Amino acid sequence: MIVQVFDTVLAVLLVWLAWRAVSDADPLRSVVKFIVLGMMLALSWLRLGAPDVALAEAAVGSGLTGALLLVALRRLQAARSSAGGSPRKEQP
Amino acid sequence: MIRRTIGWLPSALAFGVLSWALLDLPANPPGLADAALRSLERSGVANPVTAVLLNYRGYDTLLEVAVLLLAIVAVWSLQPISTSSVAEPAAPILSSLLRSLLPLLLLTSGYLLWIGAFAPGGAFQGGALLGGAIVLMLLGGLFRRRLWQRLALLQASLWVGLAVFIGVGMGVMFGGGRFLEYPNGHAGNLILLIETAALLSISVTLGALFFGGRPSLDGEPPPEANP
Repeated sequence: MIVQVFDTVLAVLLVWLAWRAVSDADPLRSVVKFIVLGMMLALSWLRLGAPDVALAEAAVGSGLTGALLLVALRRLQAARSSAGGSPRKEQP
Repeated sequence: MIRRTIGWLPSALAFGVLSWALLDLPANPPGLADAALRSLERSGVANPVTAVLLNYRGYDTLLEVAVLLLAIVAVWSLQPISTSSVAEPAAPILSSLLRSLLPLLLLTSGYLLWIGAFAPGGAFQGGALLGGAIVLMLLGGLFRRRLWQRLALLQASLWVGLAVFIGVGMGVMFGGGRFLEYPNGHAGNLILLIETAALLSISVTLGALFFGGRPSLDGEPPPEANP
């Protein structure tokens, strides 16, 4: 019984997070929701009995893609705030 | 309002097609699981997922490693990024955390690589973890200028995974096999060799993707960009 409740909550949460990740007006909040979505997705892979995919999803899909999105966001904001200067060299 | 409706249409269409594809699946697909499990003893590893990735379908994984190399080549062709910006010392909390965290990350990634032969794990998971460690080191300013000057070493660690994979694949052809057809009894060691090189390349590639451009050594400091 408790397992079914858990799975249902997980499934609803996945759809909601995916929806909010693309619809949120604030890019930073979108990225955070994308990272949480990745973690929930890894949890669902575990529930589906695929621990290999869960590991890859947590490490690559959520962790590193999240880090790449965050650094891209930071550079976009830096480039926007220094619109006059040369955008060639920025802090990573 | 109209733009929203237009956005909804492809989404609904994709949802419909995917639902139909899911419902259209046969109830009891024949699958290849039985065949894969039957040959597991000869594959050199005890974990069926690793056997599929590195033995039965090694060609696919070879291309995946090649895609990672292509990605970093593409990123490096966009713009150079000055390495002087990462040499600054980090906040004390981050650097003391890193001092205790980095050895653990290194150990765990090696464990994931080794355990991949018997249980869930492998080069991609271990490489992603080690890549995360490199990202933390970049954030912590642990890459000193001297390290960046060894650009050839960095480049070598980017392509060594693909080179070893292709090298082993071609090497077994001298024994009379076909491309990536491991000789009997040596599959386990060859897979470990390929995975070790792939782990190095995957982790350095992911770290370099985070860095975001070809490291340039020219002196001028970058314009200050506040996060």
